[in-house]
Amino acid sequence: MTTKTREKVLEIRDLSISFSTTAGTVNAIRGVDMDLYRGETLAIVGESGSGKSVTAKATMGILAKNGNVESGSILYTYQHEGAPKTVQILEMKKRDMRRHINGKRIAMIFQDPMTSLDPTMPIGKQIMEGMIWHYKTTKKEAYEKAVELLTEVGIDEPEKRMKQYPHQLSGGMRQRVVIAIALACDPELLICDEPTTALDVTIQAKILELIQKIQQERGISVIYITHDLGVVAKVADYVNVMYAGRIVEKGTIDEIFLDPRHPYTWGLLSAMPDLDMEDDRLYTIPGSPPNLLHPVQGDAFSPRNVYALNIDDRREPPMFQISESHYAATWLLDEHAPKVALPPELQVRIDRMKKEGVR
Amino acid sequence: MTATETRTPLLEVRGLKQYFKTSHKFTVRAVDGVDFVIYPGETYGLVGESGSGKSTIGRSLIRLYDPTAGKIIFDGTEISGRLSAKQNDVLRTQMQMIFQDPMACLNPRKKVEDIIAQGLDIHHLCKNHEERSQKVAEILAKVGLSPEHASRYPHQFSGGQRQRVGIARALIMNPKLIIADECISALDVSIQAQVVNLMKDLQKETGTAYLFIAHDLSMVKYISDRIGVLHLGHLVETGTTAEIFANPIHPYTRSLLSAIPHPNPRTERTRVAQTYDYKAEGVDYHLGTQHLVEGSHYVLATDAELAKWTAAVN
Repeated sequence: MTTKTREKVLEIRDLSISFSTTAGTVNAIRGVDMDLYRGETLAIVGESGSGKSVTAKATMGILAKNGNVESGSILYTYQHEGAPKTVQILEMKKRDMRRHINGKRIAMIFQDPMTSLDPTMPIGKQIMEGMIWHYKTTKKEAYEKAVELLTEVGIDEPEKRMKQYPHQLSGGMRQRVVIAIALACDPELLICDEPTTALDVTIQAKILELIQKIQQERGISVIYITHDLGVVAKVADYVNVMYAGRIVEKGTIDEIFLDPRHPYTWGLLSAMPDLDMEDDRLYTIPGSPPNLLHPVQGDAFSPRNVYALNIDDRREPPMFQISESHYAATWLLDEHAPKVALPPELQVRIDRMKKEGVR
Repeated sequence: MTATETRTPLLEVRGLKQYFKTSHKFTVRAVDGVDFVIYPGETYGLVGESGSGKSTIGRSLIRLYDPTAGKIIFDGTEISGRLSAKQNDVLRTQMQMIFQDPMACLNPRKKVEDIIAQGLDIHHLCKNHEERSQKVAEILAKVGLSPEHASRYPHQFSGGQRQRVGIARALIMNPKLIIADECISALDVSIQAQVVNLMKDLQKETGTAYLFIAHDLSMVKYISDRIGVLHLGHLVETGTTAEIFANPIHPYTRSLLSAIPHPNPRTERTRVAQTYDYKAEGVDYHLGTQHLVEGSHYVLATDAELAKWTAAVN
């Protein structure tokens, strides 16, 4: 971590988003606060349906048509002609968003490289498209830059690849192309929405290393959305754990992995398959996430929580501060709460992690 | 593991080849000479990257494809050639499959009850309606769903629940072998664990054998008794789970193992995954033969390669 002052890039405050569906209103996001600083990596972790992707899409201004922002603000700060400029994303017109933010300042990498590329367009053209539109780059310059980008993301024979179509490339190559497209306009913020879920483990490792390398070289901020804690351990500086549309715990990577406080985080960590463990049963969090069609009474996690207190069914816990950067929303941290020790298996695992780290 | 050799295998695959002719000039050799056996009641994990031929093996075994060459002996009968009506019947009841995508593998227009009971209906295994619904209710309870789920449609379920329906559909026929083709890779990590635990419990209860096809070695480790690592249609390394994880020899296996992210930020940050490039290494799988390392641990290699790799490991 650097000692110089951290520049805030993104500030989300009290964001609530609902979707109107035929079955009723789904409260997908219920009051989310999030901060991201320049050059840092934030990972958002949670199960499907916890609202990770919706948060990212709101940041990009690409919410689905039936999505309504109930409350909150998203402030995005970028360098405009040498001076920092802050915009309120939720109040921007769609047209301005497309012209000044999407692709140019905030770029996004989606989960499935097959559906995020245009099958009818050669990949070279797809990489050049953004530069020509946003910066009015000449075709020749754009071509040169595209070749450069392809080399940067580790694709050999870039000139030949420029003319190829997505179906001629393998899954890993396609995801590299998607990354090249995202980087084409030199964005300051990169949002990766499950960038490796659709890929093989071997390719996953390579893609993650590539994104890490690019981030270090360019000093951009990255938001990772994932449900895989192994990926988080590899890339993130800060972690936000989401459950049922709220952030239940946030902190630095060490705080979340080595000193977790929320029972849900305990569950997530215990459920990680670990090659060094000798158990023949995997730990699972019992039950399934709540249906957000219905209003949540008390703590959304309490029905699945073996450590749930009486109060969990009645009142939603506030964010308790543990350290300067570490927060968790669980009544267990209240001063009146009984002292609950970590599950023993998790304690063993954390102790081992600490030991391995020393080596 | 001396006891394994004395058991009679449930499934024996010898020299299985599956080629696909894409044009008159070019043939894709998806599976190129694979041998393995599965014993009753055990789990055989088949791992490899996409395109390595692991799903093709599964589909050839259950005869969704006609194998190009090789022998498949299932429960004493050979099922690789033309199947008689009786053999076909046996194969279709005794071997079942669980598919990868729980969203796509269930007919959206059918109720869960009818999806699960389809096999029973086709093979006329129920005398009357009551027996049918009773069997469906039993199997639903087994996979952790409740009887009232029977009258619902697939879209009313979450991903993990749908995969349970897929498992119930396979189990209701009381099969001896279930081929699980990437059956957890489309699910969330926490749901994956639930499904894997369920499959293990069901195996203890019913004694079904699994062929577990996956690309994620960390889950394969939990469920498999023995593992085969597949690359470009060749089994490059086989052995018991303990042997493969304790002493991986083939560089491809080692790259697969090293690609698994460790959930430990202190070590993971700086760790760089090993890579394996088939072309750069100059390995030709056709030249290699199966070398015994120890116990039941085999590696596909030439003598020189084996010496080089063992030296690299130590």
